Amino acid sequence: MIEQQYIDLFETYREVIDQNATEGLNKERDAAFEAFKKWGFPTSKLEDYKQSDISRAFDADLGLNLRNIPIPVNPYDAFKCDVPHLNAHVFFLINDRYYDKTQPDLPLPNGVFVGSLQTFSEKYPRSFSMYYNKIAAADNGVTAYNTMFAQDGFVVYVPENTVVEKPLQLINILRGGVNLNVNRRILLIAEKNADVKLLICDHTVDDVNFVVTQVTEMVAGENAQVEFYELEENSVKVTRISSLYCLQKEQSKVTAAGITLHNGYTRNDYRFRLSGEYAETHVGGLVISDKEQHTDNFAFLDHAVPHCTSNELFKYVLQEKSTGVFCGRILVEKGAQKTEAYQSNRNLCSSEDAHMYAKPQLEIYADDVKCSHGLTTGQLDEDALFYMQARGIPEEEARMLLMVAFTKDVVDMIHIDILHDRLEYLIDKRFRGELLRCGNCNVCK
Amino acid sequence: MENLLEIKNLHVSVEGKEILKGIDLAIKKGEIHAIMGPNGSGKSTLASVIVGNSRFNVTQGSIFFNGKNLLEMKPEDRAREGIFLSFQYPVEIPGVSMVNFMRAAVNEHRKYRGEDPISASDFLKLMRDKREMLGIDSQLVNRSVNEGFSGGEKKKNEIFQMAMLNPKLSILDETDSGLDIDALRIVATGVNKLHTKDDAVIVITHYQRLLDYIKPDVVHVLYNGKIIKTAGPELALELEENGYESLINNAME
Repeated sequence: MIEQQYIDLFETYREVIDQNATEGLNKERDAAFEAFKKWGFPTSKLEDYKQSDISRAFDADLGLNLRNIPIPVNPYDAFKCDVPHLNAHVFFLINDRYYDKTQPDLPLPNGVFVGSLQTFSEKYPRSFSMYYNKIAAADNGVTAYNTMFAQDGFVVYVPENTVVEKPLQLINILRGGVNLNVNRRILLIAEKNADVKLLICDHTVDDVNFVVTQVTEMVAGENAQVEFYELEENSVKVTRISSLYCLQKEQSKVTAAGITLHNGYTRNDYRFRLSGEYAETHVGGLVISDKEQHTDNFAFLDHAVPHCTSNELFKYVLQEKSTGVFCGRILVEKGAQKTEAYQSNRNLCSSEDAHMYAKPQLEIYADDVKCSHGLTTGQLDEDALFYMQARGIPEEEARMLLMVAFTKDVVDMIHIDILHDRLEYLIDKRFRGELLRCGNCNVCK
Repeated sequence: MENLLEIKNLHVSVEGKEILKGIDLAIKKGEIHAIMGPNGSGKSTLASVIVGNSRFNVTQGSIFFNGKNLLEMKPEDRAREGIFLSFQYPVEIPGVSMVNFMRAAVNEHRKYRGEDPISASDFLKLMRDKREMLGIDSQLVNRSVNEGFSGGEKKKNEIFQMAMLNPKLSILDETDSGLDIDALRIVATGVNKLHTKDDAVIVITHYQRLLDYIKPDVVHVLYNGKIIKTAGPELALELEENGYESLINNAME
């Protein structure tokens, strides 16, 4: 059993884990340990993980930095993030630890906390215990695993009636001299009428294997506005298992978009619970892959109450021997009348060896709703290609333009203008094979 | 004077079926040729083969353009040599703006000639000048290529692209189909404005109507994969009066 070595590890090092974390984080470990022993890592025997066997990633000799041995890196040297500038407040996680030498930026609005999960658990114990590990599912093995080992992470806390004008940017940096397991935790709390935008960028510095679990818990309070963007530019040796759990209260509006620009093996869960009336969710995903990259996006929209709206748009451009997986589940619970839920999944397979597995799932238990889904997988439009060639545009260039055009509506979901334009540029470079894979933060440079 | 376009004994088939059965055609700079004929006679096939649509198979014969062997060239190189097809059915390309599309095309033409890319301001000026010359709405060029355009708008957009690329040989494939009389006039006026003694035009059409506006020097009738008659502009009028039937009957004998 793959799990056994991690069970042994946890029991052996429990004290070390606790010593290098805080009480608030430690309190959750016992229950998580029980859950992990019960559920284990998800395997392809489970319907929701059919194309992505998570347990296999852990069947390896991975180190964990449980003693918090400092990793020598100056993110400001590694990432020249101050150049043309997103005009954002910038923060770093080195593997799963908050980088506490963050250079002071403009002051944040009163009462806003952005920083280390450890610090937050000690400074704001009440808020911490109200939200930490309360939104994430208790019955998911990999989430439980993350809770067992999580020792630090990143928090954004925006109190009532507070607007954070400038976007926040978190840069995740993977560093290590040996193959590593990294367990990262993120908490984003936007209270009533709060307004915040967070961009998370994933980068790999070292050429070793990383297996990363990331659990993000997000709460959008009444009438809160949250924009949450993730940009993955990891190396092919990275396995990223990310689970986003979002709880939305009434009239809240959340936009979440994940752009997979370069990766190894990725599984992203987007799990939303719309628990207050008139809540609105927009979820987008864009995957550009080649080589043998594997990307699995799993979206679950749970409409628990009436009058909520959700919109999903996931697009994949699969080249060479890459694999894309999409599962979109919409659940409209009994009584959730006047729900509007739309889902669209469009995929391009530009080689015979590229594979797309797509599965829309609609479960509707209310009778006065508008729900739809659309799914297509195909190749570039040959007529459009010829039309462009007939205007003097070489075939390769025409393909490039058509692929970039294909990605446009997902990129258009991003409302930070500079990021939007930057992404268009990066996507163009990605298709041309000119993208710097790591060593630089492409968003800011 | 040397021929700009020279087609000799051209045989073309698609999926094993022979569509063109030996076409000979020579066009000089400054000339306008009309190719007429009933449906299914091979007119659009001829246009497609000249621009390099790979769906069609050339089994025999040759096409030379400006002394160069066209059949050895990719479609994009034919375009950059100066051949332009106004498509019978222009293609919609969602997500690609007209501006980006035209900038890419113009710059590819320049690159082919060994010139630097056009500057942003020169390009916008070029777009505006051509648009104004043809009387085309600015809305048209701010949208994605042909996306949601009406039939008339699509045809106007073809002529706009022709103006931007300044071809040596323009082929108008049933540019009049689906046009009302006002749109037809705009399109025809545009073609006439663009036409000089240094370039040539092939007008493919069923009807005399377009030829009232664009006056051909030579009229060919294509039937069943062969040119069965070539004459001056009076031939088009004759056909309008009498139809193709007597001509076809004569050819069959």
